[in-house]
This record gives sequence, C-alpha cells and structure tokens, in this order.
Amino acid sequence: MADVRVVEGSEAVALAVKACRPHVIAAYPISPQTHIVEALARMVADGDLKAEYVRVESEFSAASVVSGASAAGSRSYTASASQGLLLMTEVLYASAGMRLPFVITGVNRSISAPINIQVDHQDTISLRDTGVIQLYVESAQEAYDMHLAAFKIAEAPSIMLPVMVCMDGWVLTHSYERVEFLDQKAVDRFLPLFRPENYLDTANPKTWGSYAEGDVLMEFKYAIHKAMSEGKSCIRKIMAEMTSLTGRDYGGLVEAYRTGDAEVILVAMGSMAGTVKDAVDVLRQEGKKVGLLRIRCYRPFPYEELLAAVRGAKVVAVLDANVSMGSEGAVGLDVKSRLNGRPGGPMVIDFIAGLGGREVNSTTVRAVVDRAERLFSSGAPPPEAEWLDLNPAIVP
Amino acid sequence: MPKKPARKTESLFVSGHRACHGCGLALAVRHILEATGSNVIVVSPTGCLETFTSPYGYSPWRVPWIHHVFENAPAIASGVAAALKAQSRESTRVVAIGGDGATFDIGFGSLSGMLERGDDVLYICADNGAYMNTGGQRSGATPLGAATTTHPAGKASWGKTERKKDLPEIVAAHGVPYVATASVAYLGDLKQKVRKAMTLHGPRYIQIDTPCPSVWNFPSHLTLEVGRLGVNCGLVPLFEMLNGKITKVKKLRSKVPVIEYLKQQKRFQHVVATDAPKERLMAVQEQADRNIEKYKLMG
Amino acid sequence: MKITPGAVVKGGTSLNYKTGNWRDQRPEIDAESCKQCGICQEVCPDDAVRQVADRYEIDYDFCKGCGICAHECTAEAIRMKNEEK
Repeated sequence: MADVRVVEGSEAVALAVKACRPHVIAAYPISPQTHIVEALARMVADGDLKAEYVRVESEFSAASVVSGASAAGSRSYTASASQGLLLMTEVLYASAGMRLPFVITGVNRSISAPINIQVDHQDTISLRDTGVIQLYVESAQEAYDMHLAAFKIAEAPSIMLPVMVCMDGWVLTHSYERVEFLDQKAVDRFLPLFRPENYLDTANPKTWGSYAEGDVLMEFKYAIHKAMSEGKSCIRKIMAEMTSLTGRDYGGLVEAYRTGDAEVILVAMGSMAGTVKDAVDVLRQEGKKVGLLRIRCYRPFPYEELLAAVRGAKVVAVLDANVSMGSEGAVGLDVKSRLNGRPGGPMVIDFIAGLGGREVNSTTVRAVVDRAERLFSSGAPPPEAEWLDLNPAIVP
Repeated sequence: MPKKPARKTESLFVSGHRACHGCGLALAVRHILEATGSNVIVVSPTGCLETFTSPYGYSPWRVPWIHHVFENAPAIASGVAAALKAQSRESTRVVAIGGDGATFDIGFGSLSGMLERGDDVLYICADNGAYMNTGGQRSGATPLGAATTTHPAGKASWGKTERKKDLPEIVAAHGVPYVATASVAYLGDLKQKVRKAMTLHGPRYIQIDTPCPSVWNFPSHLTLEVGRLGVNCGLVPLFEMLNGKITKVKKLRSKVPVIEYLKQQKRFQHVVATDAPKERLMAVQEQADRNIEKYKLMG
Repeated sequence: MKITPGAVVKGGTSLNYKTGNWRDQRPEIDAESCKQCGICQEVCPDDAVRQVADRYEIDYDFCKGCGICAHECTAEAIRMKNEEK
C-alpha cells in the first residue's frame, strides 16, 4: 500500500532525512529553511527520531558539528540558506578536502545586499567550487527522493564528499505537494549503515587536517576533482537504483525534456524548470521546436549529457538565477566552456533571470525563445548575458 | 630527590614534532595527554600546535586527532561528542586543545555555543598571548603592555593598552562545571587539574600559560623559569573553580615584582627600559595587584 | 607512494622526522652527579630524554638543544656543549 500524503515540502525533506537514520543533526534557523529543522525537532522531541540534535549558535558551527560527527563515524545532516550557506563556505571546503561525507539541504534564497528572502540560486552557486556535490530539484517529491540518494552518494567509498540538495525556498519548502513515501524497510535496504574506512578511533589513532606542501597539494585537490568527475557514473547508478525503487525516473544527471529534435534548447535548474516545461509545451503546440535541459546534478557538471542533449540544436539559451558579477551566469559559463568553439555546435546565450524571486513565467520563456531565434538568424556573435525583465530606467 | 620510576607507557605525544626549541605548548600537550590517557579524541584549531604537529605524513599524535579550520574547534568537538553519544562510545572523551587566537578571538562564538549547550568537551586553551603561528600578532589574550607585531611599541603608542580578556571568568559565567587556570611551569598542578576535569562531564575549561621563547623573546632554556615568574608575580593566577566557585588557589610564597618577569622578555623592553615612562610599569603592576587581591593569592 | 584519502595519516609518524639536526648545542648528562630525579625527562618539550635502567639518556635523534633540562636539573648534572657540526 503506497504511502501518499499531501505535505509541506520542508516536511517531505525532514521525513527523508529521518528515514536515513542520521546520528547527528545540527540546526540553525534561517528563512526559508527553518521549517525543515523544526520538523526534525518535533520528530526528535516525540522520540520518533533518535538523533543527537545540536542547536548550534551559527551556521559555521552547524557545518562544523556535522563535519566533526562525520569524522567520528556518524551519519549527519544540516540545512541552511542564503547568508547561512555562505557562512559555511570555509567549512565546506575543508570537509570536502578531508573527504567527510554528510548531507546538507541548500534552500535557495537570494544573497545580501540588499537583503531579500525570495528565491534565486546565488547562494548555492557561490559554493560550486568547494568540492561539495550539488543536486538541484524541481519538486517536493524529487526533494524527498534526492535526499535519500544524497546520503548514499555522499558515503559511496569512491566519493566520500558532502552532498548538497538544492531546493527553491518558499516555492518548494513552503508549498504543499502530493508526495509518495517509501517504507522504512525499503530505505534501510537502499541505504546501509555508514561504515567509513577512516574515522576517529582510539584503537587506530589517525591524524586529520594535515598541511600539505606544494609537492603534493595539487594531487590532493585533483583527488577531489577526480572523485567528483569519476563519481558521475556512481551518481547515475544510485539515481537509477532510486528509479527502480520508486518508479520515478527523473532522467539521471539531467532531465532532457522534449530536446530530441529541438532547435532551441533552454537550460534551467530548480523549480523554474517546471514553468519552462509548461511554456515548452505551449510553444511546441505552436509548432516551435523547443526543449528544456534541466540540470539535476550541477557539480560534478554533466558534460556528457549536455553534449548528447544539444546535438542538432541551433541555440542553447541558459536561464541563470544567479550572476557572477562582472561576468555572466554560472551555468551559462559552464555550458559555454564545453560548447563554444565546437565545430557545428549550437550558439549559447545566457540570460540572468529570477533574481530576488522575480517571476519567470511563460511570457518570459516565450520572449527568451524569440530572442534566441532572432540572435541565431542575425548571424551576429553571441551577446553578453541579458538580464530578463529588467527595469533599467530606475537604475542610476 | 627520590628516584623516579621508569615511565611505564610510551608517550602519547611523541618526538619529531616541529615546535620551536623550548616550546611551552609542546611540553604542556605531552603532559595533558599523560593525564587524560589514550581514550580521548583530540580536536585542535589552526595555530602553532596544529602546524607543528601535522606536516603531511609526520604526526606525533598517538591519539585520534582532528584539525578542521581556525574558528570551529569547539563546534567540531561538539560534533564529535554528539557522534560518540549516538554510537554509545561515550567512554571515549573529547578534548580540544587550542591556542589563544582561536579561543579568545575567532573561535569565541563557537566556544560560547559549546559551553552554553552543555556539550561534553574539555576545552584546553594553551595561552601564549598572541597569534604566534603567524609571528606574534596581538590577540585578546595578549597581556597589557606587551608589544606585538600589530601593536608594536613605537613613538606614538607602546604596545597593547587593553587588558587581557578575562576568559576564565567569561567561561565560568556560562555556568559550566569546571574552570581552571594552570601553567606549564607547574606540571604536577597542570596534570592534577586535567585529571580532575576528566572525572567530570559537561563543558570544562582549562587555560594554561605556555611561554613562547621565540616570540616573547627569551632564551629557550628559560621557558619554565619565565612561567614561574609569571605565576609568582601575580600576572598568571592559578586557580580552580567548581560550578562557579573558586575552590583552590595557588598561593604565592612571596610577591615577586612584575619587573622581574617582564625584564626576561624582549616583548616588554619598552616597559622596563630605564628611560621608559613609569606609568607603563605601574599599569602592569596594577594588573598583578588586582589579581592578587581578587584571587587572594597572598596569605 | 600514493597520497592518502583526505590526507589522513597514521599517528606517531613524526618519529620518522629526526629533529636532532636542529641543535646548536647539546646537553650532556654527568651520570656521576645525576640524582635520577627524572625532572629532565619531565620537562623536555620534545620527549627526548629516556630512562635506561638506572640512568637518564638524551635521545640525540630528537633533542633540539633548547637547554631546559640543563636549566631545571636539580643536581646541576647537565651541561650544554656546543654542537660539533
């Protein structure tokens, strides 16, 4: 009998985490993540979840507590958003470097200043260099499924890195959705106990956190990069395992939506992709050959899937809910790095969209597709990234 | 002097570490671990101790040890303690050992959180009064009057003009079961305090004065001598607090004038020089007198 | 030799790094005067004093020549001599 309920997105995440039997949870509030840790707190208070729940005094400590717990051999979890995620930056780099696995939910929210609590991807994108694996989800159901997968990915012996499941704040965390839950036995079979080879153990004393000279530093960093790049096959496998378990197939590292014969392919991440899919369907009805490539695993970047999906396309239009100030959107830069200069490859254009929760709707998408087609036909070189639905008149 | 029995067990903090000649901190750590025994996990922040004990491939730590980053040793320790509890491995204890830069300054928030939550961690601050690993910059623990590279003695100012942050009091204000101060110059007392702390649970704090010959600038053979002078002039009061009440104080047999301590260290030369304004020395003496009165160090 | 995952290393490996060549001067214990109080062993920051049967010996592989043992010796049985390079 399937367990299907309508739950708040945050609750779905909390239930996924609970099912993974974490030993240690670190909690610090920040909108729009707080409902997740509050849901977990209620479970712990009622004795439904046996975990050490550490109410830390900052996000820096939240990330640190789960790092220490992981080093001591315990499965651990925390969540944050926006400013809190940035505050964790140093810790995440160090934990990736020390190959300490744990799962963290990155609830997407804009970054100060000015302060704004609506959704964009600037926060998690800012952490893309850390060595933390990043998965982006479109729905509460996917958030539930991917949190289960995240623990398994993090703890895979060939990976051993923190995994961040990124989900849009408010849109996914605070809205209610129909979610199907796995029974505990199925989760236990999917996710065995955490048994790291190295952990803080008095019977076998080891030293963590050495400093490495120039003769080996690059190799240590390369080892992380290699674990991520080669880890893609492991991530694909785990996602496929989830699919057999649940029947839900999100496509793997990317979701290729109607890209088969598409001439214009949009690229997006997170819940925005849902809007884009709807717009794609309408445009398809009008005869336009458009599709969407939704990036699910952003780090490591799915170059192979990207290349396969854009074969035959004329234009790739990336929707970036983030910007690298002074340059372009991060996903656009990643896509261009592999496609630009490729003989016969598509033109890639980048659009900055949805910062501070600015609405990306079907009108926006239609305008993007029009713009993409026009740019392609003009034969001009691709322009600098365009900021969508901007009101330049009020900019001094 | 009675014969000392042969040391029964191999040290838990072995030779080959890269501390400076005569390092007070290195000496303290060996004795801390002698007192804790091997059933501990040690957490250290970035600093001298971390740097001289963890060049890749060469570690003196014969206990499990983790260094993460600079400001989070207390939080890492809290995480380790939580994991041990979750795994029912609580007979293994968590000990954090870090310097004053990490403890008084950058990790202060993390320390306060750990203390306030009541986490079962013994936090030991090896206090040498500056950011020594980076060459001796001023920290909140730098004593009044000391010259540091970011607060040098010059024509317009004369070294640190602020008092040393009273961290033991601040820790005690969190309502923790055990706070003590110690000195590497009094190893028996140091070990007794560590052993005492290990019999208790919850957050415990010991602050150990660890003279630094390299940067305080005195000959390396005088580390313990300088340490003794610091204690005996009143600038380094040694006491023990159980649940916020002072239960033990090391009394001074005689009051040594602070100048005896300061003149050993080049970092105070602008205070003790014959042509130095007298107010400087008076200010430091006043600190010592205040400690003597507050902790009843005399009589 | 391959690097370890996460740079995790076995404890106690510093014994492979002989700090003895840091010395400018070396302590020498006069066994005759030595009272075997053990203070030298207690105060060495580098754990470079060994008790061998009835005697205390400096481990010159690791002694950095800081001179604390000589200064703290209760019998004045330790002399610091210039290290011959």
